[in-house]
Amino acid sequence: MNTVVCLKQVPDTETLIKINAEGTGIVTEGVKWVMSPYDEFAVEEALRQKEKAGAGSVTLVSLGPDRVIEAIRTALAMGADTAVHVNDPAFAAKADPYATATVLAAAIKDATYDAIFCGKQAMDDDAGQVASILGELLGLPVVTMVTKLEVSADKKTATVTREVEGGQAIIDVPLPAVLTAQKGLNEPRYASLPGIMKAKKKPVTVKTAADLGVSVEPMTIIKSMTLPPARQAGKKIEGDDSDAKAVALAKALHEEAKLI
Amino acid sequence: MPGILVYAEVQKGEIKKGAFEITSKAKALGGQVSACIIGKGVEGLASQLAKYGADKIYVVDGPEFEKYSTEPFVQALAQVAGMVNPSIIFTSASAQGKDLTPALAARLKVGSISDCVDLTLNGDKVAAKRPIYAGKAYTMVEATGNPQVVSVRPNSFAVVEAAGAGAVEKVAATLDASKIKAVVKSVEIAASEEPDQTEAEIIVSGGRGMKGPENFKMLEDLAHVFGPTATTGASRAAVDAGWRDHSYQVGQTGKTVSPNLYVAAGISGAIQHLAGMGTSKVIVAINKDPEAPIFTKADYGIVDDLFKVLPKLTEEVKKIKG
Repeated sequence: MNTVVCLKQVPDTETLIKINAEGTGIVTEGVKWVMSPYDEFAVEEALRQKEKAGAGSVTLVSLGPDRVIEAIRTALAMGADTAVHVNDPAFAAKADPYATATVLAAAIKDATYDAIFCGKQAMDDDAGQVASILGELLGLPVVTMVTKLEVSADKKTATVTREVEGGQAIIDVPLPAVLTAQKGLNEPRYASLPGIMKAKKKPVTVKTAADLGVSVEPMTIIKSMTLPPARQAGKKIEGDDSDAKAVALAKALHEEAKLI
Repeated sequence: MPGILVYAEVQKGEIKKGAFEITSKAKALGGQVSACIIGKGVEGLASQLAKYGADKIYVVDGPEFEKYSTEPFVQALAQVAGMVNPSIIFTSASAQGKDLTPALAARLKVGSISDCVDLTLNGDKVAAKRPIYAGKAYTMVEATGNPQVVSVRPNSFAVVEAAGAGAVEKVAATLDASKIKAVVKSVEIAASEEPDQTEAEIIVSGGRGMKGPENFKMLEDLAHVFGPTATTGASRAAVDAGWRDHSYQVGQTGKTVSPNLYVAAGISGAIQHLAGMGTSKVIVAINKDPEAPIFTKADYGIVDDLFKVLPKLTEEVKKIKG
């Protein structure tokens, strides 16, 4: 089973976000960068499908600056085989979801694959669009929010379980297809020490806009970035008697907050 | 004035509240409001949208739309968009909307703005406010394409009655079968009457302090007395411990919610959790640990044993509700 996994490097979820002086982006100094958590499920699924099939390859594709190599090495250490790192300052300020998908499609289009895996959304801008646009650009069916995947022996079709509101849907889809990983799909492995050593020698091809023959213009433009208004701690309902505190809370929700 | 097309989602035979919210908002922004509803046996629901401002309602009704499936719905909605030629398309950022919207926008060869919580109009141009980093920050975003496709987070706008002309037009969808590759075999929906966490008005959520899966019954009991717009949630700790399904998880690797009331029981309030529920209108925290970070965000805090407080609270709420 040959697969492509789209990776994004994002600030660790523990990061306290600060806005830059221009008010257009975050302060990147001191940020710990990690592979987007949903992409870990995508990498893990690609590895499991390859292991199950007993043959194949897992190719990573990622768009971003030099630092992105760390996320790529992490996924290579988990067991992915090769990577394409699209790194070009020309993309830096333009990489909205549509532009990102356009670049990824250009990087993927000549690859051989049975499936393309993405995280269901990147854990930074939370847009959840790239996989759907990628499928459209490559002319492939897309199934989002995948929690279970069974690939047929001939790798021509897959039965996919996806999360829907209040339950799940079972979908038959021909391959190749674009599939986005939801939490619950699997439990991502940690990179082993030998894995980390091997990853250093695995091939990473760097591509520029010129190499891909693609130029992009964003379809959405961020005009400004702000922090949410600070939330003040409200009142503590004090006392020694648990029942009295519960009564006071119910009363406050009823009379002050008018929620009951 | 821009023409706005609203996609009105139907679930379990009813138009979702989120659809009325975006119809109301479209009406408030001014201009011609069209709505589109897609499903099987949905024609009778269409007129409900007129009450909130729809001037024209396009109905795509047929057996092929009984179950939601991305490609047929994208094709049908794109067909209606072609008829209406709107400058703005609104969808709800529900589970279905999150699947449909980017696919629709890609089909129309435009970008979309996901999961907006506020909108302003400058001439024909939308400026949309949306959370990023699960709510740790917000961006103001504009779309350069035409139409501007915007998905709106449920609970962001009020449902306001303001009658529109309400003319109903049936549309016969002409589907390109060669593009319909994925086939939905079955859909299993739990019998639960609880609303989804992203749409609930009240969420009673539990964390590590719940001590085990059996104790979530206490949260369900409290949600139950709050009424049909209430549901339960869980922290990542509770989900990772296997006490609750991931669909209950609130926070950065779960759902981002903004109910009117969020009750956090036995949840310490890790930054990832606070990001996911920080926009809740009123937050209540019940925790034994007075140093728990959740108290810095809570409107009402009780430092106590939740096993003592919750049952009494349930009893009191029941009394008030009469």
